[in-house]
Amino acid sequence: MTAAEIKEAVLEILSDIAPDEDLSNLKEDVSFREQLEMDSMDFLDIVMELRKRYRIQIPEEEYPALASMKSTVEYLEPRMTEVAKKQ
Amino acid sequence: MSTKLQDNQRIVITGLGLTAPNGNSLSEFRESLLNGRSGVVPYEIRYFGPTLAGVCNFDELRHQKKKDIRRGTRAASIGIYCTHEAIADARLDWPNVEKSRVGIYVGVTEHGNVETENEIFLIKGYDYDTQFWSHHHNPRTVANNPAGEISLNLGITGPHYTLGAACAAGNAGIIQGVQMLRLGDCDLALSGGVSESIHTFGIFASFNSQGALAKHEDPQKASRPFDLDRNGIVVAEGGCMFVLERLEDARSRGAKIYGEIAGYAMNSDATDFVLPDPIRQAECMRLALDRAGMTPDHVDIVSTHATGTTSGDIQECKALRMVWGEGSRTAFNNAKSYIGHAMGAAGALELAGNLPAFDDGICHPTINLDRLDPECALPNLIANEPRQLGPVKVILNNSFGMLGINSAVIVKKFEG
Repeated sequence: MTAAEIKEAVLEILSDIAPDEDLSNLKEDVSFREQLEMDSMDFLDIVMELRKRYRIQIPEEEYPALASMKSTVEYLEPRMTEVAKKQ
Repeated sequence: MSTKLQDNQRIVITGLGLTAPNGNSLSEFRESLLNGRSGVVPYEIRYFGPTLAGVCNFDELRHQKKKDIRRGTRAASIGIYCTHEAIADARLDWPNVEKSRVGIYVGVTEHGNVETENEIFLIKGYDYDTQFWSHHHNPRTVANNPAGEISLNLGITGPHYTLGAACAAGNAGIIQGVQMLRLGDCDLALSGGVSESIHTFGIFASFNSQGALAKHEDPQKASRPFDLDRNGIVVAEGGCMFVLERLEDARSRGAKIYGEIAGYAMNSDATDFVLPDPIRQAECMRLALDRAGMTPDHVDIVSTHATGTTSGDIQECKALRMVWGEGSRTAFNNAKSYIGHAMGAAGALELAGNLPAFDDGICHPTINLDRLDPECALPNLIANEPRQLGPVKVILNNSFGMLGINSAVIVKKFEG
């Protein structure tokens, strides 16, 4: 998946997890939790949805990589490419 | 007798909110009860397939965000809706109510079946790999969930918990609120019951295996307590929450008073998992009457528990005859004939549906009574058409449940 496709995938997950939020002005380099009403359980939903939808396994010590859209895409890009290759 | 109690021991109902399959407010519900309007519809649930159920259609988004609904449970959404509506109905100055002095007591027949079934269904798609099991499962299934979500939603920091009391739970929630107000544990009790049971296939399948699930070609005629052609229970969802206060507090703020809790009782059959024992049911009603300082003749309306099962209805009628005999003036009715069995909410909803009788003197009927079972032929069983009784001053509300749990709550018209 390209960086743009990954961003789209993450946005889709966020829209399910935070259905009351307007995601159109989400700043890429600011953390999700600063911009959205999200707590630790919501954050775990991101991890769970990536696991369910893309079979991505994210070790707990790497959760901080999912702080913002920018860091998330950067973190996922090599892993999502790997997933795509497997499929 | 409660009138001899001090005002700080007399507990009154000052507000209520409800959702039933045939109404989302007391006025809608009462109108349905007086006009024979059923809330039973065709329904389908995974694995079990087509069946019938009492389905609620309230506006979940009135008091919750989409995320709250996604994260939480249906039972809690029902509870949150009912509690908000009850608080508004009570005309409380909510922003200035001391939230640490508010108690939440919610009766449930069961909780967690729906959420557990959903998770198992979901991980089936992942070959039962438990790493796909949701982290939301535990907060959704802890037994206090419906009460806890009400606390979170409304910022209430007093005690909250559910009362697992099978189908006596609606009454149990009310009784708990009364007791906690009398103990001084809270100043305002939000009490009642909720049911999300139509969302678990297990409830339907289990009643079906027991031979106790109602079937009828016309959904609206499926729930038919006391009728010879009854063949079981229609499962329903719903909820009803009351605002309970000490009389002195209600008086001091000039609250509208629906009625006063005059007496209550709970006991156990200790005989069978599912078959009720009329001797203990009768003891329960007598105990509630004794505590209210009343005799059976004081009661104007008995809201029966009858669910439409062959044996359960007969057993309750035996119990009622033990208490009232064959020639009483007391009227008997039933709300399950309209909405099915709202499980943990049933007791609270059925009481609510009768409270307007204090004002209009009308006893709503039990509907779908085409061929009365002679074993259920109670004197003054109000069948199919409402009856004007004249002044109604006392209502006794029965709610019984599996494992032999019995409850009766007596509410009297408030007369100062």
